[in-house]
Amino acid sequence: MTAVTDLRRDFDAIVIGASAGGLRALQELLSVLPADFAVPVLVVLHLPRDRPSRVPELLGQYCALPVREALDKQPLEPGAVVFAPPDYHLLVEDETSLALSVDEPVLFSRPAIDPLFASAAAVFSRRLLAILLSGASADGSEGVAAVRHAGGIAWIQRPEDAAAPVMPASALAHAGADAVLSLQDICNRLAVPS
Amino acid sequence: MVPEVTRDQETELFDMEVRLLLEAVYLRYHYDFRDYAVSSLRRRMRHAMARFDCARPSDLQHRLLHEPDLFAQALQYFTVQVSEMFRDPGYFLALREHVVPVLRTYPSIKLWVAGCSTGEEVWSLAILLAEEELLERALIYATDINPEALQAAESGTFALDRVAQFSRNYLAAGGRASLSDYYTSAYQGVVFDRRLKKQVVFADHSLATDSVFSEVHMVSCRNVLIYFNRDLQDRAVGLFRDALVHRGFLGLGSKESLQFGTHAREFEQFVPAQRLYRKVAA
Ligand SMILES: C[S@@+](CC[C@H](N)C(=O)[O-])C[C@H]1O[C@@H](n2cnc3c(N)ncnc32)[C@H](O)[C@@H]1O
Repeated sequence: MTAVTDLRRDFDAIVIGASAGGLRALQELLSVLPADFAVPVLVVLHLPRDRPSRVPELLGQYCALPVREALDKQPLEPGAVVFAPPDYHLLVEDETSLALSVDEPVLFSRPAIDPLFASAAAVFSRRLLAILLSGASADGSEGVAAVRHAGGIAWIQRPEDAAAPVMPASALAHAGADAVLSLQDICNRLAVPS
Repeated sequence: MVPEVTRDQETELFDMEVRLLLEAVYLRYHYDFRDYAVSSLRRRMRHAMARFDCARPSDLQHRLLHEPDLFAQALQYFTVQVSEMFRDPGYFLALREHVVPVLRTYPSIKLWVAGCSTGEEVWSLAILLAEEELLERALIYATDINPEALQAAESGTFALDRVAQFSRNYLAAGGRASLSDYYTSAYQGVVFDRRLKKQVVFADHSLATDSVFSEVHMVSCRNVLIYFNRDLQDRAVGLFRDALVHRGFLGLGSKESLQFGTHAREFEQFVPAQRLYRKVAA
């Protein structure tokens, strides 16, 4: 259990990717994070591109931490949950700040999970935890590969446990995982108080 | 406090090679990408490497140094040409409702669209000004560093399959007519009415290396600063401040903000939700 209880000591950032079926999963996941969770949490949830998202506001009601939508070059804040805005990719620029881009969609998605995971892996390497949840896309597979290649840790939701199994199954097949977990187990691991 | 980070050596080497490549491009072609945001640049360099069959950034550097024709093609990877007419309709609606009434008080108006890409933003602005009967006394500077994009911008030609989205945006932005009143269909797509660009000057200008060229009443610079690191953002916003008249307007992309830069106090929020700022009195 030590590897689990030391989340906050082991990681400088947590990145999360979710798509179809992911909103419910994120709601559960964010609701277990304790108020003193001192690691920045960055999230890409696939969204319709042409309208403002109410997701951060909505999920903020279930989360003890502040939940916001990213602005370009915003400082990375420990203990805040930051979502990619609709129609922008969210990237980790360096150890202290985020960046956005309107580069081409990845597998039809902007925001996409791969660019977030890969950019975070380049900055945090071993000190990164990536979590891939439910979805019906193959987005996230390259990202998980980049995270693991750089020495970071990837937890993937067990496909049978996910509302939409394609995304976690695709990542597992493409990149493997450090742990394949039910949503409940992911929550249990994150909820450990300091 | 900055957390201690052990960076993967492979990334470190990759970044080092990219830095050298950018230096080479600067020395050879005077395009300065050295202060661009690395997170997206890394990704685009990987795409360029794949496209030009290079295993490493240093291989690409070698080819770029020795094959000028290749640089012209590679420029499409250094810059990102993504745009849409009336992108974020709320922005253009706010221009119409809140900025136009002020612009109307000037006998002549100059606007600067910095990083105009393939022209969607410029043509949108020209249509808006025409509908407000301000185009005749306006001059729009449309600048970019990408010559192919500038050429496309000037042609006013857009692919047919994009027009439905443009029309929806136009109406949501408070358009007074139908977007189809402004274009004719042609073989390659739709072509916008040449009269709209009578008052537009398309020009090569870099926010990274060039200086202010005119006084303007408004700058619109959307989704360009996101590609810069904070130092270069500060440089660009400094240019805008210097170019703007007393109480001039600055419009940014919907997820861009002045609050993290050094010029934050030189502007006040004008329509916060649409990222419209106004220069404060000196
Ligand atoms: C994503 S496009 C934005 C287009 C348009 N402003 C919009 O919002 O739809 C970014 C543009 O910035 C241009 N650009 C990049 N670096 C620049 C620089 N140093 N000076 C001026 N323009 C630049 C690129 O060539 C590209 O056309």
